[in-house]
Amino acid sequence: MTKLGYFPGCSLEGSASEYDQSSRYVCKQLDIELVELPDWSCCGAHAAHHTQHKLACALSARNLSIATKQGVDSVVAPCPACYSGLKSAQNQLANNPGLTEKLKSELDLDCNAKGEVFSLVELLSHIEPETLKAQVKVDLGGLKVAAYYGCLLVRPPKLVQFDDPENPTSIDNLLSAAGVQMLPWDYKVQCCGAVLGISNPDIQLKLSGDILKMAQLAGAQAVAVACPLCHANLDLRQEQINKYCKSNFNLPIIYFTQLMGLAFGASPKGLGIDKHMVNVGPLLSKVGIR
Amino acid sequence: MKIGVFICHCGNNISATVDVEQVAQHALTLPGVVCAHTIPHACSEPGQQLIKKNIQEKGLNRIVIGACSPRVHEATFKRVLAQAGLNPYLLEFANLREQCSWVHEDRQLATGKAIDLIDMAVNKAARLEPLTSSKVDVNKRTLVIGGGIAGIQAALDIADSGHEVALVEKTPTIGGNMARMDKVFPTLDCSACILTPKMVEVASHPNVTLYTYSEVEQVSGFVGNFKVKIRKKARLVDMEKCTGCGSCTLKCPVKAPSEFNMGLDNRGAIYIPFPQAVPHIPVIDKTVCSYILKKKCGLCQKICPTGAIAFEQQDELTEEEFGAIIVATGYELMDWTVYGEYGYGKYKDVITSMQYERILSSSGPTGGHIKRLSDGREPEVVAIIACVGSRDAARGRPYCSSVCCMYSAKYAMLTREHLPNAQVYIFYMDIRACSKMYEEFVQRAQEKYGANYVRGRVSKIFERNGRMVLQGADTLLGQSVELEADLVVLAVGITGTQSTIELAKKLNISHDEYGFLTENHPKLRPVESSTAGIFIAGACQSPKDIPLSVAQASSAASKVLGLISHDKLETSPLVAEVTILKCVGCFRCLSVCPFSAIEEQVLRDGTKVAQVNPALCQGCGLCSATCPPAAIALRGFTDDQLISQMESLCQLNPEL
Repeated sequence: MTKLGYFPGCSLEGSASEYDQSSRYVCKQLDIELVELPDWSCCGAHAAHHTQHKLACALSARNLSIATKQGVDSVVAPCPACYSGLKSAQNQLANNPGLTEKLKSELDLDCNAKGEVFSLVELLSHIEPETLKAQVKVDLGGLKVAAYYGCLLVRPPKLVQFDDPENPTSIDNLLSAAGVQMLPWDYKVQCCGAVLGISNPDIQLKLSGDILKMAQLAGAQAVAVACPLCHANLDLRQEQINKYCKSNFNLPIIYFTQLMGLAFGASPKGLGIDKHMVNVGPLLSKVGIR
Repeated sequence: MKIGVFICHCGNNISATVDVEQVAQHALTLPGVVCAHTIPHACSEPGQQLIKKNIQEKGLNRIVIGACSPRVHEATFKRVLAQAGLNPYLLEFANLREQCSWVHEDRQLATGKAIDLIDMAVNKAARLEPLTSSKVDVNKRTLVIGGGIAGIQAALDIADSGHEVALVEKTPTIGGNMARMDKVFPTLDCSACILTPKMVEVASHPNVTLYTYSEVEQVSGFVGNFKVKIRKKARLVDMEKCTGCGSCTLKCPVKAPSEFNMGLDNRGAIYIPFPQAVPHIPVIDKTVCSYILKKKCGLCQKICPTGAIAFEQQDELTEEEFGAIIVATGYELMDWTVYGEYGYGKYKDVITSMQYERILSSSGPTGGHIKRLSDGREPEVVAIIACVGSRDAARGRPYCSSVCCMYSAKYAMLTREHLPNAQVYIFYMDIRACSKMYEEFVQRAQEKYGANYVRGRVSKIFERNGRMVLQGADTLLGQSVELEADLVVLAVGITGTQSTIELAKKLNISHDEYGFLTENHPKLRPVESSTAGIFIAGACQSPKDIPLSVAQASSAASKVLGLISHDKLETSPLVAEVTILKCVGCFRCLSVCPFSAIEEQVLRDGTKVAQVNPALCQGCGLCSATCPPAAIALRGFTDDQLISQMESLCQLNPEL
């Protein structure tokens, strides 16, 4: 049994609770014990690091210190933004010797961040494909899926040092092991528009629309994602995209953990698949899942 | 002992920070100093005259110059001493510019330091001994390494002057990268038409020995007297018997990617790289030939009308002597497949500039028809991306390729000439067209040929519905742009080669981190390498175009001719010297000497001691510093002389 600190982050407590459900389920099946960090705080998200770098760093440093206090060396964060924040803070603490003292003297914050920071994709990528295949109970071979990684999961390359920043394959490998047909395509790391969905929706709708168009051209029946914001932009706003782009997309957007969970035999409801705006039901019934 | 001290103002380079008069006054108080002068420009004619006059009138026998770095003007002042009838090695230099005035701001402190430096120099000067150089014969033959346009030009220039040249080329033919090109800027003359006559001329020149498919294996010796081992790789074809009919190349059943056509088509295991190859004799690629690998086939042997196929042929080693060496080993395109955003090389219709040269060439794999590699279709839109692997510090290539602005414009013109209805887009960062007729050339591409120039980098290329999609920025409009193109040509940056780096180690010359050879001085000694007698020409020194490569080759040739016009060369007397009585024969000196200048000497009683070959010694002093019993002294830098400098420094600054 591997034991890790689990940092769900705010999205996974709210709009992306199904990502939380499915992540916990998959980890449990794979014998990974997730210890949720007690009293964890927001990672600061976009707002913190855009206003003050030290604040963003301090928020994540505090969360990492909690993990050390709990006796778990490493922390896993499913949300790429949380992951990026934690990873960046860990990097700054390791490479900036004065920072720990500064946070102590200015904020009275004891930083003791020892362990590694993983994204969930990275953590699961360490598992042998054979171990994953051994868990598969439901055949998803009829599903053609495009894996969409978004911008933060494998970037910036010097910081994350995981997978290929231009043509990543880790989610493809995980889902292939789970029996899904993964499609090669060229929009794996194109930006979905991120938070511009709020401040400048025209840009986000165009960018997200381009992603859906490329996935459809590649022959995808669904898009697998690993980021709550990507999910919201592609799923929640798919109707707005259709209006803006004069398109007719009806493309289910599914968390990669949900697809793994389905392959491992969990019920769609238990994985929160019914929470998506684009109905996944008709697609699942094609492969015999109800 | 009559020491004269001369302190240079160097305009105000030194005198603005150092009180030169005070330094001169101080010098007068030192033992042995009979005169001390300040001079506005010591290196100028009046400055030199003043030094000479003082030597002659006051009978000076040691000279101290406080001026710039000895790298700049030591040779100048040695000449002054010689002209005044003094041994030139009775000169001591104090660097008051680079090591004092230029790096300090406080005038008082800088003046104090200048006084220290002069004090040390005077103390050492008092211990200098006259030294005389010896003379060695100069071998009049020259080795040119690399048979591209630069090597060919250098070889021809030297050969035409009546001297012997050996031209060594590692591939089966001379011609280099220029032979691959279609038409060349800024006049758009056909590359082959201007190059192939030179290839033939150099090969048939009575003063040139051509070694193709050969490599330099080992180099020893020194300026005027290099010994070079050349490995003649086995062609497996008897060059005497072969008539170059090419029947064998037509029958060979093996297929391997053609190096000459940049992998765009295949050649056989036995092949002639291209129709105008010199020598026009095939070579067998041992790594793919069925007969070599499996003892099967042998079709070429059966078909050859003159019995020239020689599977049993072995590499040959030959040793030759040369007085000078010119390195002209050229360049490669950098490995652009590190650009993941351009697809890591997975798209067939994203090609390199050198591949496009082959496509445009009428002797190329498509017969000069512009076609897509994926489906053979003529492109309607051709996009050219400049600066791929140039001016990109993030990819470890901060320098400019110096040619891609020009050939991108050339591609625009040639594309429109081949396909008048095609649209050409050039994504660029800046246009650098600063040689004769270059700017006009780019203007012509824009105005007459209608090339669409988009200023900005392309951030991503991908395939959509069978076309290549380019996304990027137009930084003049401040907008993101998306372009659908049928063919994308990457103007790939230029890099030095791994084989040049290996060669540089054999030659003991320096190179930079990109594999380009380093010139001795970027402005004043541009074709001299860091080792005497070895010169560099063409793109192995830095990215450059054909006109510059040719100019540099002729420049290197003229330097060689200057060198071999002497029958004898003076060697530097600043070499190491072994005191036999002190030497214990441990030979640590032999193991540290980078120039193989230390030899074993057996004395009459059988004891072995070290001995320095003054012709090979470069005076680096490593042996002297290593020698446990201090038996080796470096002339001009003996222990006594160096310690005297330290002593004077310590006396001046007791706290040291």
